Amino acid sequence: MEIQVNGEKRQWDGPVTVLALLEALGIRPATVAVERNLRIVLKEEMAREMIHEGDTIEIIRMVGGG
Amino acid sequence: MKTKMKADGPLIIAGRAFGSRLLLGTGKFSSPGVMKSALKASGTEIVTVALRRVELDNAQDSILSAVDASRYLLLPNTSGARNAEEAVRLARLARAAGCEPWVKLEITPDPHYLLPDPIETLKAAEILVREGFTVLPYINADPVLAKRLEEAGTATVMPLGSPIGSNRGVKTRELIEIIIEKSNVPVVVDAGLGAPSHAAEAMEMGADAVLVNTAVAVAGDPIAMARAFKKGVEAGREAFLAGLGSPRKAAEASSPLTGFLR
Repeated sequence: MEIQVNGEKRQWDGPVTVLALLEALGIRPATVAVERNLRIVLKEEMAREMIHEGDTIEIIRMVGGG
Repeated sequence: MKTKMKADGPLIIAGRAFGSRLLLGTGKFSSPGVMKSALKASGTEIVTVALRRVELDNAQDSILSAVDASRYLLLPNTSGARNAEEAVRLARLARAAGCEPWVKLEITPDPHYLLPDPIETLKAAEILVREGFTVLPYINADPVLAKRLEEAGTATVMPLGSPIGSNRGVKTRELIEIIIEKSNVPVVVDAGLGAPSHAAEAMEMGADAVLVNTAVAVAGDPIAMARAFKKGVEAGREAFLAGLGSPRKAAEASSPLTGFLR
């Protein structure tokens, strides 16, 4: 399936859960926030929230800032 | 000797007490190690962070690994937001990322001067206050806007001294003086403070705190500069509490004007 992650189009064997996507990308869920189609996926929802063909995913984290 | 100096207490924001009146940003440091040492040297208890997309091919760990979240309140900013909608989205994401529901509300549509949009800031503040956020808005030094934000329920107001990262100091002095006079919430002078003397000036005027990032992060020795800002803030605060003399045009002799040898 094709999904968009942080603005990039990606091919992915799916559907997958948000948690599985993060793990495959080497991202620790504890340190990020995720949106699926503009809706926030809470940490406790990540293991069951499914990502489907055409979904838009945003993964953000804290960086240095003023 | 009897002293007339007012006793100082902690900085209180939204009912929470902080031992330091210096808020420090975490941007532009050359390494996490330098940042960590500078935070420690500054004595700060509130540090700002930004939110950005994870780089998918370089998913390095969060800044949280260098900042001890038990020692500092992590204050996420909404930098990058150009309107209220984007700022609210960022604040909600910050909370979902594990931050406390505190936010430095920052909406800057123009990248050249990074001046905050007052209308969008007020709009976003109203939404975020309703959602239970403790909102610290970054604003131009506009006393009427500061009042409107206070009435909307923001925890502070944070007027700029001069544009972000400009190192130009308190160029908005007379307006910040009005904000300080009228405000019932803490006034944090944010942006443009390039030297400890600028921070001292803001504190001497009666600001409750200052926020500094660039001047510390890009100094030749950020750790020493963090320490210098700490002293600047403390000196300014102490001078404010001690009671400064008013400026006057003519001289006022310090030595006795009697008993001259003629």
